[in-house]
This record gives sequence, structure tokens and C-alpha cells, in this order.
Amino acid sequence: MKILVAVKRVIDYNVQIRVKEDGSGVVTDNVKMSTNPPDDNAIEEAVKIKEAGKAKEIVAITIGEEKAQETVRKALAVGADRGIHVKVDNVIEPLAVSKILKKIVEKENPDLVFMGKQAIDDDCNQTGQMLAALLNWPQATFASKIEVKNNALEVTREIDEGLETIQVNVPAIVTCDLRLNEPRYASLPNIMKAKKKPIEQISASDLGVDINPRIEQIKVEEPPKRKAGIKVASVEELVQKLKNEAKVI
Amino acid sequence: MSVLLIAEHNNKEVRPFTYNAITAASQINEDLHVLVLGHKADDVAKSLSEVPNVKKVIHVDNEIYENYIAENYTSAIIKHAENYTHIVSSANTFGKNLMPRIAALLDTSQVSDIIKVISEDTFLRPIYAGNAFATVKSNDKKKCVTIRPTSFDPADKSGGSAEIVKSDPAEASSLTKFLKKEEVKSDRPELGTARIVISGGRGMQNGENFKLISDIADKLNAAIGASRAAVDAGYITNDHQVGQTGKVVVPDLYIAVGISGAIQHLAGMKESKIIVAINKDGEAPIFSVADYGLEADLFEALPQFLSELNKLNTIQK
Repeated sequence: MKILVAVKRVIDYNVQIRVKEDGSGVVTDNVKMSTNPPDDNAIEEAVKIKEAGKAKEIVAITIGEEKAQETVRKALAVGADRGIHVKVDNVIEPLAVSKILKKIVEKENPDLVFMGKQAIDDDCNQTGQMLAALLNWPQATFASKIEVKNNALEVTREIDEGLETIQVNVPAIVTCDLRLNEPRYASLPNIMKAKKKPIEQISASDLGVDINPRIEQIKVEEPPKRKAGIKVASVEELVQKLKNEAKVI
Repeated sequence: MSVLLIAEHNNKEVRPFTYNAITAASQINEDLHVLVLGHKADDVAKSLSEVPNVKKVIHVDNEIYENYIAENYTSAIIKHAENYTHIVSSANTFGKNLMPRIAALLDTSQVSDIIKVISEDTFLRPIYAGNAFATVKSNDKKKCVTIRPTSFDPADKSGGSAEIVKSDPAEASSLTKFLKKEEVKSDRPELGTARIVISGGRGMQNGENFKLISDIADKLNAAIGASRAAVDAGYITNDHQVGQTGKVVVPDLYIAVGISGAIQHLAGMKESKIIVAINKDGEAPIFSVADYGLEADLFEALPQFLSELNKLNTIQK
């Protein structure tokens, strides 16, 4: 089997983001960037499947500006075999991302496509499902367990009520939840080796897909500030306040 | 202009967030129709027809809709989409799984997880786990929108009498099979929908000490949450994780115990109506968002908290 894993470069989850004063977005210059956390779970799962002898090749793909390559390089360091970087200059919407991924899938013919369930920057949670729709493939979203069966996957999904298990025929799209696995760290020798693995660069404009935005971002603002409340002196006072002032218990 | 809302249900009952989504959907446009895809779900269709905000219920009854499979739902929804300007659902795991599949087939760029309807095409939505709010305008002809249920009050459930129209099923997918559902076997409410959440952080020191939290959770009928630090330390499983990379919760009362208040945790709980922080470090960032802060050793404060709760004559559940 061949697995394509999509990874996205986002502002690191530990960074306190700042909204630009002109309301045009958030500050990304000189901000620490990392791989979108659940995308790390997606890579890890692909590597585990390969280690179990059930996959032959893992291709990591990212779409973004020049520096987005770093996320592919990181994927190569933990076990992906080669990389693809589709260059775009601006931020594009999940619909456009899924159209680009569709082109790559048609070229690469993977059996599985893995990615994180959601990117922690735009919080859209769309790309995997959209790609599945465009390819007319089955989708298994929010995966917390994946078992490779004969030409099918049994996937346990995290849903609001608990867990759901579905079977999807291969080829399939899986979006990964944080519970799926514990992503490994790359060892120094593997980081060095990853530098020699190939990353193919493709320009989005060469793929012939419409990536123009359909959604206008009118403004980005800080959420209303929460004002700090009071300190209470004792547990007794706390319970009284919750009962009589806030009326929540 | 009219809006089609996809109902979430278990064939017997409407899942509660559907009512919150109805409120938002009817703010987009009053001509709101609800689509019920189910098997022997007549009670669901009937309940929804009694919601005053609903103008029409389309009910498709077929065994292929007994379990919720996004592929099967999508083909049915696409069949009806032509008549509507907006397709909407709640932004919980139901709608998140479903809506992008519909949007892609309609060649529409979806607007996810809105918290406010500004006009029929303009919405407010949180990005960066609620650390920024974006006002976005959809320029697609047909709009696909998911609604953060906790940002809208549930719609009134009775007094209406919308017509129920039966419709035929669409093609079923042979690519996906439902195998089983394991609902959380807990007497406690779900973390995502609980009215009260009590969470523990690294300050809990180990997994056994979470008993102090679960005793209070039992008393308050609260869900149990945790910070990423507590999960990473192995005190509790990560389905309890609240934060940017875990669950975003908006309860009436959030009690943070031994949680310092890292950005990543605050992102998951700071929209809660009332926040209580119990921490022995008076400088902990969690106090900057807390309505009520108690600077105390949690190992003394939690047992006291329980005994104070036991003294109360009544506790809202």
C-alpha cells in the first residue's frame, strides 16, 4: 500500500497569537511555526502501518509558501519516504486545498490519504471530507484507532456520544484525532538522513485548479476580553458566591 | 431564499444541538426547512414539525439511514440542495463530518463553526481556537454553514405545526459500512455539552488524586476535564482534554483545579460563563480569566469544597 499524508504548517500551538492592528489577520512574522498537531498523528500512524509491513511507501505533502517545506522535512525525519511541496503564495481555502490534493492523488495513486482532523489556525475541519467527496472515496474522520484489514480499514471514530467504528473500503481518506497515537520525535541521525530525501516542488498554478477565494475575510479582531474577577478568601465563600451570586449551582 | 437544516437524531429523539442550530438557521432566513434522514424516525419528524421556527419537515425513511453515514446522508442532501440557498447543520462531530462532503460536491467554500449570524452571507466565526474572531462573507451562490451550538440558545420545542413531507431515499454507498457505536458508559454528562465542567491539571500530581475531582463531579453532575499537561503526564486519558488541541467547552460553570492556565488550555474554556480557579500559585495566568479565584492548596480545598456542597439544601443539576 501507498499512503499519502498531508501536513500543514501553522503557528505553534503554544504561541499566544496576536491580531494585526489593521484587522487584516493575525501576526505570523517572526512567530514560531510547527506542524499542525493532529497532522503529526497522521504521519505517525502511516509510519506505524509501514513498520508493520502493511505499507510500502509514505509520501508527505504540504501546500503553502516556501517555508512550508519544513513540515515535509519533519515528516521525512520521522519516516516518510519522500515529499511533495505544492507552492502557493497566499492562504487558500480548504476547498482549494482539496482540489489540489485531488490532482496529486490522481498523479500518485495512493491507497490511503491521511491528515489531521483540523488545522489549529483556521479551525475549518473540512479538507479531508472535501477531498473524499471530490474523489468519491469513503471517509473516516476523527480516527482514534485504525486497523488495516483486507482491502479495507476498520476505523474507530471519536464522536460526541463516544466511539463509533466503521469499515471503509480502500482507497479511503482518514482524518486523525489526537488520541490515535503518540507521535515520535525524530532522532538526530534521522533528521540528517531526511535532508537527503527528495522533495518534489510543484507550482499550484501548473495544476490547473481554481484556487481563488470564495470567502472574503472582512476583518479579524480580538475576542472580547474577559475581565478578571475577584479572589475569594475561603472555600465557604466560594460556594456561597457560586450559589447566591453567580447562581450556577 | 430558504434554508435547509440537517437534523441530528438517533431515530427516536432529536439530538439537543439540533435545536440550537435551528435558532441560528432561522436567523439566516425564516423560511427554514428541516431534513430528517432516518429509519423509523417518525417521532423525530413529528417533534421537529412542532418547533415554531420550522416551516416544513422533509422526512426520508429508509434503512440506509438507520445509522449515520456521511456518504449516504450526502447523496440524499444533494438531491434536495437545489431548492435552497443555505445548507446548515450543527458544528459538532455530526455536522463537522458531514457538511464539507456536501460543500465540495456543490463547489462551495464552507463557513465552519459560526458563532453569530450578521446577515444572510456574513458570519462571525472563531479562529485560532477562539483567540481571534473573523468576520467572513461567503460569495458562493449556495452556502454551506455549520453552527457552533453553544453560541445559540435552543429553539422553542412546541407550538408549531409544520407540514411533514415524505421524500424518497438517494443511492446508498457500498464503500462505507457502519459496524458499531459505543456510547460512553458514564452517568456523567458529555464533556462537550455539560452544564458544569471540573478540570484538573498537573497540580493533581497523579491519576489517583483525580478521585477528589470525580467526587465533586458526581455531586454537581459535572463532566471531568483535564489540561494537556495532566494528559501528557498520564493522569487521565486524553478524551478529557480541554484546550486548543482537545475539546472546546462552554459550560455555565468551569472549575479549573491545579491548572496554571497555558494559552492552549485557555483557548478551550475561556468562553465559559463562570470560571473558578483553584491554584496555590497566586500568579498563575488562570486567575486572569477567573470570575472567582481561590488561592489554596487543592488537596485541602477540594475536600472542603465537597463538604460545603454537601451542606447545601439544593444543587442545580
